[in-house]
Amino acid sequence: MAETIFKRWSQELTLAGAGILFLLPLFEIQPKTYLTLTIAGLAMGMLLFLVASGVSIIFGLMDVLNFAHGALFAWGAYVGFSVFQLLMKWVEADSVLKNFAVFLMAMAAAMIAVAVLGIILERVVVRRVYGNHLFQILITFGATIVLVELIRVFWGPNDEVMIVPHTFSRNWDIMDVVISKYRIICIFLGAIVYGVIQLILKKTKLGTIVRAGVEDRDMVQAMGHNIYLLFTGVFAAGAGLAALGGVAMSIFSLQVYPDMGGTYLLFAFIVVIIGGLGSVTGSLVGALIVGLSYNYVAYLVPWAAAGVNVLIMIIILLIRPTGLFQAGK
Amino acid sequence: MNNSILKAEGVHTFIEQHHILQGVSFAARADAVTVLIGRNGAGKSTTLKTVMGLLPAAKGKIFYRGKEIQKNKPYEIARMGIGFVPEHMGIFSELTVEENMRVAMLVENDASARRLERILTMFSALKKFWKSKAGNLSGGQKQMLAIARAIVNDTSLLLIDEPSKGLAPIIVDVVIDSINQIKERSVVVLVEQNFYMARSVGDDFFILDDGMVVKSGGMEELAQNEELQSRYLGISKIED
Repeated sequence: MAETIFKRWSQELTLAGAGILFLLPLFEIQPKTYLTLTIAGLAMGMLLFLVASGVSIIFGLMDVLNFAHGALFAWGAYVGFSVFQLLMKWVEADSVLKNFAVFLMAMAAAMIAVAVLGIILERVVVRRVYGNHLFQILITFGATIVLVELIRVFWGPNDEVMIVPHTFSRNWDIMDVVISKYRIICIFLGAIVYGVIQLILKKTKLGTIVRAGVEDRDMVQAMGHNIYLLFTGVFAAGAGLAALGGVAMSIFSLQVYPDMGGTYLLFAFIVVIIGGLGSVTGSLVGALIVGLSYNYVAYLVPWAAAGVNVLIMIIILLIRPTGLFQAGK
Repeated sequence: MNNSILKAEGVHTFIEQHHILQGVSFAARADAVTVLIGRNGAGKSTTLKTVMGLLPAAKGKIFYRGKEIQKNKPYEIARMGIGFVPEHMGIFSELTVEENMRVAMLVENDASARRLERILTMFSALKKFWKSKAGNLSGGQKQMLAIARAIVNDTSLLLIDEPSKGLAPIIVDVVIDSINQIKERSVVVLVEQNFYMARSVGDDFFILDDGMVVKSGGMEELAQNEELQSRYLGISKIED
């Protein structure tokens, strides 16, 4: 009986448990600090969502484990970095409008460039290994090495300090609570991207076909839809999301370096395992859980910050091995 | 059979290392319902999947309206006007009934709207659950949705795999009625183990056994041949 109730309500129970857990730090942390940490956690979560949603969509529809996602993320960061270098005057201008314009241009350029890279990667490399996870891991890992080396060739092997649009580096001070403007931008960016993805998936015919493809690829083909074209499009969109995450995260962490993808790919996989592979909402919830818990634990028990997300992932795997949300939701 | 719309010649199909179809040949007439019958594992479903391009034909030829299609991709075959209802029905359970129909509609225009209206008259339950998740439908309703999706386009050939499987007898009658209506507009090729259903809708039969067609003819001939029924379909005469 208890087991049945737990199975039926495991998603709700886990989410409620997570909610209570996130209020617990209030016993140890001042409310003002808690608020600052919460905003930082939400911002980090939203940035992780940008990376993880691409991984999740690509796996959900195409059943492809794309280990090159981290390298695409790094490429996005570097393309954004180059746009900032080219339009330095707009970056340094004390104008919100110019700063936003250059930020949007950097994101657009990164998304387009990396989406094209994604199309090449899917057509040349990934298409050959559909249906074989082991080969996918090996071949996309190989692609990662090539892509990272290409970053070293084009941009050099050294770490670079990411240029931040002037007004983004400022803070608001609301009743002694310091709020970074860029973190608020990140939260809105993540929310907007989530909204756009949901809108496409739920309200357009293309999105409906993608959701149908997550459930039964053969049937989508038997209904006259070119699943391979759809795969290429989804892979490009996933790559574009990785690039968007790369630009936004590099401004957040103030640096770009060739291997940066590996660190965030690990986070992305933790997020999708928690949220459920193939679910965009799962990626959002998983990313927020990871972002918030990382920030609270880093403040309270700094040495345990990196491990807490792995611990959450293990607990979720034990309670609900498929993740919090089902694919296609 | 010169007026055949679909013709298979010596088709061989492998699933992994298993040689499932071992030279299947049959022809479906344009003015008849063709039924592929046989025991479990005879190769009936594999035949339909091979026609649809979901399984590659290792050898042999498949013609649709005289054109070779065995090398075409499934989406190209579907776009030629072939609708497919698989054995497991292939319902997108997380999508609503409406979304299932939208995915199936390749073109949305006045003609498709009229077709949809006609289909919803035929399967009124679908109208009732239009905004409901397809996964919540009953087995019979799911079968109706699967058939509805396959005929929402300008389908000239409908391949249906075991539509009576797992359905209550009363629902089987509903499905029989719907197939009898569909055959007025499209050619139907049916895979069926339920002889009652096969006899109710079929005109021609092909019996498959061990991946080959072993007997074919008119349905009435099969209905009267108890020896054939017993040998290949496992139907035994009930003694008075």
